[in-house]
Amino acid sequence: MEVEKKRITAIRVSLLVAFIITAFLSLGIGVKDFSLLGLLQGNQEDLYLAVTSRIPRLLSVVITGAGLSISGLIMQTITNNKFVSPSTAGTMEWCRLGVLLAILFTGGKAPIVKIAFAFVISLAGTLVFMSLLQKVQMKNMFMIPLVGMMLGNVISSITTFLAYKYDVIQNISAWLQGNFSLVIKGSYEILYIGVPCVVIAYLYSSKFTIAGMGKSFATNLGLNHKAVVTVGLVIVAFITSLIVVTIGSIPFIGLIVPNIVSMYGGDNIKNTLFDTALFGAFFVLICDMIGRYLIYPYEINVSVIISVLGSIIFLLILWKKKR
Amino acid sequence: MKNNKQKLILLGIVTALVVGVFLFWGINSSNIEFFLPRRMKKIGAILISAFCIGYSSVSFQTVTNNKILTPSVMGLDSLYMFIQTVIVFFFGSKQLVMMSGTSNFLLSVIVMLVCSCLLFLFMFGGDGKSLYFLILAGMIIGSLFSGLSTFMQVLLDPNEFTILQGKMFASFNNVNEGLFLVSLLIIGSVLVVTAKDYHKLDVLSLGADHAINLGVDYKKVVLKELLIIALLVSVSTALTGPITFLGILVASLSREMFKTYHHSVRIWGAVLLGSFALVFGQLIVERVFSLETTISVIINFVGGIYFIYLIVKEQMA
Repeated sequence: MEVEKKRITAIRVSLLVAFIITAFLSLGIGVKDFSLLGLLQGNQEDLYLAVTSRIPRLLSVVITGAGLSISGLIMQTITNNKFVSPSTAGTMEWCRLGVLLAILFTGGKAPIVKIAFAFVISLAGTLVFMSLLQKVQMKNMFMIPLVGMMLGNVISSITTFLAYKYDVIQNISAWLQGNFSLVIKGSYEILYIGVPCVVIAYLYSSKFTIAGMGKSFATNLGLNHKAVVTVGLVIVAFITSLIVVTIGSIPFIGLIVPNIVSMYGGDNIKNTLFDTALFGAFFVLICDMIGRYLIYPYEINVSVIISVLGSIIFLLILWKKKR
Repeated sequence: MKNNKQKLILLGIVTALVVGVFLFWGINSSNIEFFLPRRMKKIGAILISAFCIGYSSVSFQTVTNNKILTPSVMGLDSLYMFIQTVIVFFFGSKQLVMMSGTSNFLLSVIVMLVCSCLLFLFMFGGDGKSLYFLILAGMIIGSLFSGLSTFMQVLLDPNEFTILQGKMFASFNNVNEGLFLVSLLIIGSVLVVTAKDYHKLDVLSLGADHAINLGVDYKKVVLKELLIIALLVSVSTALTGPITFLGILVASLSREMFKTYHHSVRIWGAVLLGSFALVFGQLIVERVFSLETTISVIINFVGGIYFIYLIVKEQMA
């Protein structure tokens, strides 16, 4: 037990160090020349560049990676199924439908309006999906993501249909592919609202674990199962909406990161919440840097990189779970 | 059996009627020379696609012995698009013409035959895997290939890759008519080659052990069918683009409608159902929605719901 704890701490510390180094390195990638040294010496130009573009980008990457991973972790814990996440339960697709409705009904200039719509729609959608899961007892662990992804496809086709009809397909395509290239000072700060959600998630973490053990078991332990599940889904829907509206859809993160972390860190969400957030931020940061570096000075959307890497990792996890 | 024949004929007549409406809607003596040849090519391409999708889905389900998985759910059409992208990637991005040309098509088909065999081996080789596992893995493999294609397209031309995407791939509103004749040739030879295979498929649906006992050269038949499936998926994807859920729809509907193990009936039933759905759908898209939507959107909507229903039903059973 003691050895195990040491090992986990060692992984955590080395991951943290690697993350911090990478984060600093990421500040240097970009078309305009930028030197960390200059920043430390108080060079005005470097400071301006860092504050308006490079640091906002880094922060939004971190919040996105951490937020999506935690959302995935919460969903996986509540359902006690390793294959549930915002992108395999249709949550992302509901969000996009919400964004579309916001554009159609209000013109959707203000991000807060889009977030509100996305949040309400995705929460409703995810709740419907969860209650469907409870009605149909799914014996096979691959069933839930399968039905979720199919449902996501159906919602997506509704969104595409409406978008074609009202000629906003261009707007909606932008939300299909997440990327950080447009993040500058003033356009991303709304993501900070996600931070309190993470704190709430931490406070509730033990309760999520118990809720995942099943309704009757949780009720026996004196837990209000329904309330806890609802709190979890509200957090997930909110974080996902924030990210979809400000950055765009990003696949697989919520699914693969908690799985990787649980391989070395175990399944107690109270212990692994921080590691999951850290690993998620690190992973998205690496993917973003690959996208910025490969065809410099152009950029590849981070969601493209993630969908390639993510699907490979997902397949590996699938094969491992199969055994 | 007789009843089934009547149903098939009825289905054929209804399909022919819809095709007629599609061809002659708004035609008069002054515009017939302009519209008719174009519409005939389009209808031809759609019918070829319907055949490809119907045949490949039904025979795939028989060969792999399941009722839900189809080639496109397994990611075969994404694989084809990925191969096309790779070919353009390595043979120069400037030759966009090549993308839709016959040489690229034939090269893609050859690579596709090899790659899909590897994919089949990878998915179905080894110990028996659960159906849900296969579907899930297939969907992820599909998203891997389309992710890779997008990735390479961005590398090709970061500025205009969405335009590139539109030009590179066919869709129902943008049928690749240049490949019409080659496809017709391929389909013709497939029809000849498979003419005597329907009975073998009937036996295969009893399962591998029974089929071998009854004297079917199991491995040979399965390999042949899988190669033909890969070929047909290439043809339909090149002509009209990917359409994920049509295969599952027509294969299941045909099974429900004809309730027979005779593949000559089930396959042709699926082909006719597919033709009807595509032509009727395209008619609706062009005339009712005045091209405000695409037929893939409609079919993915209906097919997706049906797919969920099938999975849940299978689970309950």
